[in-house]
Amino acid sequence: MSERETLLSVSNVSLSFGGVKAISDVSFNIAKGEIRAIIGPNGAGKTSMLNVINGFYHPQQGQISFNGVMRKRMKPYEAASQGIARTFQNVALFKGMSTLDNILAGRALKMHKSFFWQMFRYGPALDEEIEHRKFCEEIIDFLEIEHIRKAPVGSLPYGLQKRVELGRALAMEPTLLLLDEPMAGMNLEEKQDMSRFIIDVNQHYGTTVALIEHDIGVVMDLSDRIVVLEYGHKIADGTPDEVKSDQKVIDAYLGVAH
Amino acid sequence: MMHLLYQIFIDPFVQMAGAPDLLVQTLWEGFVGGMLYALIALGFVLIFKASGVFNFAQGIMMVFAALTMVGLYEKGVPAPLALLLAIGVMYLLAVAVERLILRPLVNQPDIMLFMATFGLTYVLIGVGELIFGGSPKEVPTAQLGLPKGAYDIHAFGGLVSLQKIDIAAALIASIMVAALAVFFQKTRIGRALRAVADDHQAALSVGISLNQIWVIVWFTAGVVALATGIMWGARSDVSFSLQVIALKALPVLILGGFTSVPGAIVGGLIIGIGEKLGEFYWGPLVGGGIDSWLAYAIALAFLLFKPEGLFGEKIIERI
Repeated sequence: MSERETLLSVSNVSLSFGGVKAISDVSFNIAKGEIRAIIGPNGAGKTSMLNVINGFYHPQQGQISFNGVMRKRMKPYEAASQGIARTFQNVALFKGMSTLDNILAGRALKMHKSFFWQMFRYGPALDEEIEHRKFCEEIIDFLEIEHIRKAPVGSLPYGLQKRVELGRALAMEPTLLLLDEPMAGMNLEEKQDMSRFIIDVNQHYGTTVALIEHDIGVVMDLSDRIVVLEYGHKIADGTPDEVKSDQKVIDAYLGVAH
Repeated sequence: MMHLLYQIFIDPFVQMAGAPDLLVQTLWEGFVGGMLYALIALGFVLIFKASGVFNFAQGIMMVFAALTMVGLYEKGVPAPLALLLAIGVMYLLAVAVERLILRPLVNQPDIMLFMATFGLTYVLIGVGELIFGGSPKEVPTAQLGLPKGAYDIHAFGGLVSLQKIDIAAALIASIMVAALAVFFQKTRIGRALRAVADDHQAALSVGISLNQIWVIVWFTAGVVALATGIMWGARSDVSFSLQVIALKALPVLILGGFTSVPGAIVGGLIIGIGEKLGEFYWGPLVGGGIDSWLAYAIALAFLLFKPEGLFGEKIIERI
């Protein structure tokens, strides 16, 4: 595990909103090809951390390097073009569009044919469109959502929306996939499906995954390594077994008499 | 009483059947007006889809664009070059709007953006008058290659007169409308545009640049405004009073739905044709002039029964 190459490293990152410190001096890294979980009680700064990684937030202190390159202040679409894709805690899909269009939207950065050809949807632009459509159909098959291909996603049940959102992120062929509570609000069966998809993505496509999840059982089963945050501080970092037996983690989760 | 009912429900249709040439003439004029309404409405739809804001300045953009073209021509620039320069000016305007209005106001409530477009309206009126003056200007139709005169067709038991400029206007409007419809439904940029409209955050996360999309959209709306301004200007003159016509796009949008390209077309045609028929056959009953309010009355009726318009996106809320 330890000999793996580092994909992303976060060093001494602090983020605050006015007087509120969301993240204080947190460092950890994500290795290529692993499934890395970030856990912690509510308000621990997990989502803020994802937002820092994909460029929505800019930390006041600290450095982030991705693929060995120290990153300057960057915009979300720049992070996306470097291969960081994500899903959101409260499902951020394009609700008026169909499943297929949502996933095709994930290909935005992969389509390059000029404005001119697109204007007439002809020539190279049409070939390109067909090729990407094929790719997206593969994702749809993979996620077993063929039956809702044309359905407007706003009308789908929550579990399926989460799946479509994962599909859109996969369409970006990411090197690093950030999942913010991919199983929130799901029943057992849906959770098992989602876990299977995450493992498949990780193993078949070699995609590195960083996920936030509250279901500790799922996290322990899925992840290679876990970071535990509490009130913006890192309190533990290690394999599931190490984290499970860490006294600070047990205290954070079960509460402790002070 | 019976007489009044006869006048409303029977007599107009008797007239239509009695003089089909007049009916065809009226329908044709309604169609041309309708296509131009559709084009104006399309300008609104583009911006509404991408920024979720009703662009109050669309009307004045139309005047400003046409004024730039005609003004440059009057200052001695050859007409085709003036047209290209006007397109360039619309691009600069799009960049300026993105930098100075949209970017600073990102994530603010829609009403703020809406008010900002009011501001933009008055800036454009001021700048337009400052540079080109406030007097009406004639469009150099011949230099732009637009035809003059009319085809008189003997048909339908009489004479139907088709103004060549109207044919050109209908043709150009149809082509633009069709191209835009395909563009925004079927291409990457169209999809990106709808994505931006739906959810800014999600759009950013898949690598869509809001700034770039906004410039493209405002530029496209600017070109549409230029085409409409020239077409409408060629039928009268280019003057600031033209922006009132842009308000007619409002009932068109209510009819078609604010987010629908086909809706803008169908809505435009319904309003354009309905207006002409109403004015010609029912207008005399109330002393004429009903084309100034009929469109709004139709829109009001639609608001009561189908508030999302004919083709608008039904808003789905899960509880």
